Formats: sequence, C-alpha cells, structure tokens
Amino acid sequence: MQIHDTPTLKAEARNLNFYYGEVKALKSINMPIYDKKVTALIGPSGCGKSTYLRSFNRMHDLYPGNRYEGEIRFYPDNTNLLSPEVDPIEVRMRLGMVFQKPNPFPKTIYENVAYGLRVRGENNSRVLDDKVEQALRGAAIWDEVKDRLQEMAPNLSGGQQQRLCIARALATDPELLLFDEPTSALDPIATGAIEELVHELKKRVTILIVTHNMQQAARVSDYTAYMYLGELIEFGKTDEIFIKPQDKRTEDYITGRMG
Amino acid sequence: MSANNASDLPGVSDRLAYNAMRNWKERLIETVLLAAAAISVLTTLGIVYVLVSESFHFFQNVSIIDFLTDTQWTPLFDDAHFGIMVLISGTLVSSGVALLLAIPMGTIIAIYLSEFANPKVREVAKPILELLGGIPTIVFGYFALLVVTPILQFFLPSLPGFSLLSAGLVMGIMIVPYIASLSEDAMRAVPMSMREGAFAMGSTKLYTAVHVVVPAAISGLAASYILGISRAVGETMILAVAAGMQPNLTWNPMEPAATITSYIVQVALGDLPHGSIGYQTIFAAGLTLLLITLVFNILGQWLRAKYREAY
Repeated sequence: MQIHDTPTLKAEARNLNFYYGEVKALKSINMPIYDKKVTALIGPSGCGKSTYLRSFNRMHDLYPGNRYEGEIRFYPDNTNLLSPEVDPIEVRMRLGMVFQKPNPFPKTIYENVAYGLRVRGENNSRVLDDKVEQALRGAAIWDEVKDRLQEMAPNLSGGQQQRLCIARALATDPELLLFDEPTSALDPIATGAIEELVHELKKRVTILIVTHNMQQAARVSDYTAYMYLGELIEFGKTDEIFIKPQDKRTEDYITGRMG
Repeated sequence: MSANNASDLPGVSDRLAYNAMRNWKERLIETVLLAAAAISVLTTLGIVYVLVSESFHFFQNVSIIDFLTDTQWTPLFDDAHFGIMVLISGTLVSSGVALLLAIPMGTIIAIYLSEFANPKVREVAKPILELLGGIPTIVFGYFALLVVTPILQFFLPSLPGFSLLSAGLVMGIMIVPYIASLSEDAMRAVPMSMREGAFAMGSTKLYTAVHVVVPAAISGLAASYILGISRAVGETMILAVAAGMQPNLTWNPMEPAATITSYIVQVALGDLPHGSIGYQTIFAAGLTLLLITLVFNILGQWLRAKYREAY
C-alpha cells in the first residue's frame, strides 16, 4: 500500500488477542504504527478500539481477570510491551496517555505537569521549571496559564484541562502518545484546538488516537484503522481508507450506513 | 351544565380532586418532615440554652479571668478554685495521645483497604473494623485499666495505675475504625479515571495513593479527622475509668488527670444541691466542651469548603 516513502515502524501488533475474563475483546490484530505519524482508530461503539489502545500501556493490568495473547513490538529496541517479563511501569514510563474525560490531578497546574518528572525522580526545580514550560508550550496552553501556574488545575475550563493533560503527558517526552477520544467531552472550539495540537505534535511524537468522529480521523490522521467487533477490518493511509475503502464494512461505516 | 358536556366535566373535576388530594398529602408529608427536623434543631437549641443560662449564673459568682487563668480546680472545697485549664489540659493531652495513634493508623488502614487490599479482604476486614466501633466505651475503659496499663507499666515502671497515656491510647484504638471507615469511603469515591491518569504516568500504587488519591479525597479525610477529634474530646467512660479523676494541671501523659467529661461524670454522680456553685460548674464545664467541639467543627467546615472535591 505504501509505495513511496515507507515510514519507519514505531510499534507493531502481532496476532494480538485480548480477553476480559472469558470475553474475547480483540481478535488477532496485526497492525503497524508508524513513527512520527498519526494513526486513527475508528469503528462503532464496543468494537474494541479503546481496548486495543489501552493494551499499549498495559492499562488492563490494573484490573483482575484480563489477559493478553500475542505481542505488541515496540521499536527501535524491539521490546514486546505485553511480555510478562516487562514491567508495566517501565512501559508506561515510555508512553503517554490522554483520556476521554480530562482528568487533571487535584494539584496546581505546575504540579500536574511536573508530576511525571517527579515520578521519575526529578526534583531539581530548574529542570522542572524548564520542562513544565516546554510541555505547556508544546500543548499550546502556556500563554493562558503562565501567570497562574500555582492555581488548582481543576479550576480550568474543560478544554484547558484537556490541553493540560496533554502537557502532563508531553513533559516526560513519551515515544508514543495514546489519545482515547480526547475531544468527546469538549465543545467544537476546544476540539479544534486539540486537533490543531495533534497536527503540531506529530512532528515530535508518534500518535495513536481513538475517535468516534470520522471527520476528525480524516482531518488529523495519516493512517486509519477500522475496527469492528474486535477485529481489524482495514488499515491504510487515511485518504485511501476514506476515498476508496477496500472492505464493504469499512465503506458502510464511513458512508454512514452503519454504526 | 348541559348534557353535551357531561362526558367532559367529571374528567376535569376528577383531576382537580386528585390534585387537591395530592396537594394535601404533600403538605402533610412536608409537615412531618419539618417536625422531624425541628425536633433535632430544638433539642440542640435547648441544650445550648440550658448550658448558657446556668453558666451565666456561674459567671456571676466566678470571674471569667479566674475561670481561664486559675491553675487549680477545687470547686467543692472550702477554698474553692475554678481554673478550667486544669480540666482542659487533661482533655487535650488525652485527646492528643488518642489522635496521634488514631489519625496515622486510621489513614494507613484506609489507604490499604481502598488502594491495596483485594475485594475479598476488604469485604471481610471492613465490617470487622466497624465492629470495633460498636464496643461500649466502658469495656474499652476497663480494657485500658486492666490490660493496657499493666502492659505499659512493664515498659515504663514509673507509670501510675491511672494515666492519660493508657486511656488515650485505648481511646485512639476506639477512634481508629471511625477514621479508617470514613477515610476509606472518601478515597473510594475518587474516580478511577484519576488513578488511571496517575498509573499512565508510570506511578506505582503507593505513589498514586499518596500523591493523587489522598489529595483528591482530602476533604473527606479532614471530615473523618474532625469526627475523630470530636469523639476524643467528648469521650467520657474510658477516661473516667482509666485516667483517674483527680484534677491535675499537666501536659505529661504519664500522669493521671481529670478531663472535662470525667469531671462532669464524677460531680453528676454526687448529690449536689440544685443551684449551688458546684452544680453550676457542670454547666460551665459543659459549655467549655461545647465550645471546643464547635471550634473543631467550624475548622472542619472551613477545610471542607477550602478543599472541596473538584472532580
């Protein structure tokens, strides 16, 4: 499918199955994630796209009864993120995640962004100041909050909270940034700001984004994966998926006949 | 009313009658609820009224300055002194000992139950813990006097048979379940999305608990601490049994001393003539106690307002 400028791989799901107890939620998924590109996961509710996303940073390990099969290879070091020998904390240190509903910690704006650095043992206030500013600039919220870094983060508006959460994730220089429907709780203007940001961020970081909104997938992503009932139906360049989908089911979903 | 309307009219009047009936019922229920609320408010007001009016008579005989600064409390002696600080010191020292034990222990138990224990352990441990809160305090009092004091004396031979330390420690054990249970409720009410956010940043369970869950639940924790303080300050039987009842102005937990509550018990058991100065001391002491708990309650409200849950 990619004839010219084949991008480098950042991660790759290989024969990935996932079980919530007895329920098989992901069915042998094979899919590449390309470096410094935005990959969108689309599909109807319950198709497993969030489940798939949350496998990357082992969020399923937090709850009992969940089980992975297969591999998610992470490059350049070719680590299997799902291997039982790999500490989920180490995995989460390398990945960042932004959730559906903004979830700033009950701390100041500054401490929210510094959180990940402190978790990693950074306590030098010079370094922290620098990184916090960088991250807030990277998340396009610096100008709005630079004069009130010591205010409590939950007092920000929803859109600002979500950009703060992006800054929090950016502060630790993640290799892969996971977005789980980051704009579904936001108004159109805040959504626009986040989409613009995603566009900006892909220069620095690989992004995997789950979205319910097909226009959003078309706008922000380079690659799109369509999932249905736990299966990966189709994966390809976004324009190809949207202009001439290969699979009938993808076409039905994209044209609004289903889902 | 003409015949052609006959089919409509009963419908309308039925509905009106039904509405009237419903209004009447609503008002009845409202009155019952108001009465229930009024009883508790009126009781509180009645208590305050009795305390204030009796204390007013007391302060006509004893100056407030003496009451607050005298270092002796001998209201029943010929040479009567009315220094409430003597009783306040006993109350504060015993409460301090209790809270130094109960707040850390209760918080740690709450963190364990809410963040670390698997659901089965929690389902068993929490009811057992709450059972501890149901033990009559007189039992705790004798437990302090007959079990804890001898054990403490083994390590601290100079400890007298009655001491604030022993009573305070047992009081702390009594308060632990209140703090643990309420704190655990507050921490479990913190949404899972908050924890997921912390874990996604690479934090460990302990780091998440201490740096995210506890701050998010802080107003609930503060409320549980305030309840613990109120329980400690108002606790009577344990102190009456195990702390000795002699008024003693001391900040040393290794000594016996009376507290405000144990003094009230002691005096109320005797036969003081109604209206005598000794009788009025009960109310002056009671008013002091009320003011102390009031201060802590206001502090608790203020903390709650300041750190209200923002999620």
